[in-house]
Amino acid sequence: MSGGLYSMSKNDFDQTLDLKKIKPYGDTMNDGKTQISFTLPVPCNDESIEAAKQLLKKMGFENPQVVFYKELTKGFTFFNCYGNCTHTVDFTSIHVQKVESNVMSMEETDAFIKEHIGRKLIVVGASTGTDAHTVGIDAIMNMKGYAGHYGLERYEMIEALNMGSQVPNEEFIAKAIELNADVLLVSQTVTQKDVHIKNMTELVEMLEAEGLRHKVILVCGGPRISHELAKELGYDAGFSMNSYADDVASYIAEEMVRRKNEKE
Amino acid sequence: MQESKLGLDFSKVAQAKNVAKNIAASVQSFVDGFTTVAVERTLCRLMGIDGIDSNEVPLPNIVVDDLKAKGILNQGVLYYLGNAIIETGFTPQQIAEKIAAQSFDISKVKLHGSDEINKALQPYIDESIARISANRKRREEYIARIGEGPKPYIYVIVATGNIYEDVVQAQAAARQGADIIAVIRTTGQSLLDYVPFGATTEGFGGTFATQENFRIMRTALNEVGEEVGRYIRLCNYCSGLCMPEIAVMGALEGLDVMLNDALYGILFRDINMQRTMVDQYFSRIINGFAGVIINTGEDNYLTTADAYEEARTVLASDLINEQLALLAGLPEEQMGLGHAFEMDPELENGFLYELAQAQMTREIFPKAPLKYMPPTKFMTGNIFRGHIQDALFNTISIWTGQGIQLLGMMTEAIHTPFMSDRFLAIENAKYIFNNMKLLGSDVEFKKDGIMQKRAQHVLDQALEILQRIEKEGLFSALEKGMFGDVKRPKNGGKGLSGVTEKGTNYMNPFIELMKERRTK
Repeated sequence: MSGGLYSMSKNDFDQTLDLKKIKPYGDTMNDGKTQISFTLPVPCNDESIEAAKQLLKKMGFENPQVVFYKELTKGFTFFNCYGNCTHTVDFTSIHVQKVESNVMSMEETDAFIKEHIGRKLIVVGASTGTDAHTVGIDAIMNMKGYAGHYGLERYEMIEALNMGSQVPNEEFIAKAIELNADVLLVSQTVTQKDVHIKNMTELVEMLEAEGLRHKVILVCGGPRISHELAKELGYDAGFSMNSYADDVASYIAEEMVRRKNEKE
Repeated sequence: MQESKLGLDFSKVAQAKNVAKNIAASVQSFVDGFTTVAVERTLCRLMGIDGIDSNEVPLPNIVVDDLKAKGILNQGVLYYLGNAIIETGFTPQQIAEKIAAQSFDISKVKLHGSDEINKALQPYIDESIARISANRKRREEYIARIGEGPKPYIYVIVATGNIYEDVVQAQAAARQGADIIAVIRTTGQSLLDYVPFGATTEGFGGTFATQENFRIMRTALNEVGEEVGRYIRLCNYCSGLCMPEIAVMGALEGLDVMLNDALYGILFRDINMQRTMVDQYFSRIINGFAGVIINTGEDNYLTTADAYEEARTVLASDLINEQLALLAGLPEEQMGLGHAFEMDPELENGFLYELAQAQMTREIFPKAPLKYMPPTKFMTGNIFRGHIQDALFNTISIWTGQGIQLLGMMTEAIHTPFMSDRFLAIENAKYIFNNMKLLGSDVEFKKDGIMQKRAQHVLDQALEILQRIEKEGLFSALEKGMFGDVKRPKNGGKGLSGVTEKGTNYMNPFIELMKERRTK
């Protein structure tokens, strides 16, 4: 179990960083050290520990170590394990789709909207479909904001309406039409069985049917949402964890201006 | 006179309780005049009406919707059922089936006097009262025979969507040390104006609350309770549009704990306030009679508003919920009033404020099995820090003698708990509860220190809020967004069309029966 602890044996792998072949780092470059835990649906005994090790090898871990195990209930055993990852990734060839905008402070965004648009942006947001979680949309929209980032309601140049949770797509669109919204924010927290994909796709289809899709900036957000997924589903942008109102506000302000310039 | 470790002025506590009592009484004067479709369906169920028609519509909905369509729901379902029993000699179930088959018009039956109606209803009333009483006795006997876990009860959640998979998870959790198993409901069930029927295996983020699912889980927990030598309580959600119906189904199947909070439904599910206040009253009467511990949802305010600033709102709401529960005959020993550990972990001395507030809540509601809720808002996906946040939360709970500990999961905000997440959470709690068992009785709070001042300040602020609500009225306060920064209109939200003013023949003998029997 503690084979590596005071090991004096020389490491026989190349310890120079090669961005074309990166792998996990424990305490030595290219050691591949990874921690992993899982439960197997078998009782706790020598055979299940061996099964865990074999599984780690199949996952591509050399020197698999089971450092802790415990039968959680009859027939289910929990393992904490370490291993050296053999796989590598070419970091130089990675391209990720990102929301392209310069993040501005609330004051800067307000000034930017005043200068380039000259009127308040109307933003309607909701946690749509059956999703009962408001934590995401509240963090972005509510006056108070989240973690020191004020929400859109506090922006002088943004007229923000947070419709809350479990808002059907029909009601959401009706409100957008009523308020003549510039921007729609959709929050999705529950992602079990891909319920969010179905719901978000439905919204896009309904907006297209109403001829509204290109009249609004359509933005989604949630812990399991990426910008890439958002683009795939026909949204203009997607925001994931660690995004705040400033990120969203800067994006929508810049996108509005970009669209305005395109028209002119 | 009770001694306060925090230097709380108990005359101020008494004053706050008195103001809350006035607020509750003013709500009650509204509630007494109204009934709802959910209350009437509950009465159908108490008359033994159950099952669904060929379109899977529950028979209680068929009967109540029929009366509503005919514009006579204001007289109440018992009035018409009683008359129909006298006229036809059928049981309530047979009458419901005939209404479903459209072979019987209940509005056309000959009407009789109240004495005759009461006599016709009596055997059905006796039967359901007897069944609920038997379930209460069953619980008491179990606890006397095999015992129960020490407080704080360890409360964990199962949420697979499939009741049979839930059973596997729940039994595993009980073996690991859980005292209360809550079966989370499927997303959106709170907004259904009916209760689905039968065992279910599909759900999003949870499992449908149905009477059959209650029965399956109760049986499984009895089984594992015998095995581990500890009575395992079952919890479900008596909130949303079917509050009293879920309460009666739980009472009939031996549930032990129910989330039961109208304010939560109003603010976070946009349920109409008139509807849910009427529903809540009857649901609390049933829960009180059935010996069910209710849980209130004050913790939720802190997910939308700041936990440091809104401690006052949590306390004010707990005080109102206490008085509303007392009016429904629910004893203090069954009041799992809610509060939470939700301050920003970056806040300097945050632990001291949390500790002060938990101790304050304990002292203000000395008999209540307080429900303490874990950090959720500032759980980030960093499971390693999350596990420490949960440890601090557990520390406060054992220190201040909380009643029900809803265990935090380090994977909060990532997924519904894995079996191993639950194991680690229970291990965390048991370690701390054992290691710090008598900490609370062995240390004192510094006079006029940070914590004493904090608690006194929160109490002062809560009293101020209550005085404002007393002037304003609770409904108007909700309209102005005084709770959790959420505003709700009195005539908005879901379920208002199901509210009806009681007519002259209206009857609901269960209200008095259940409130009185409890005290006997």
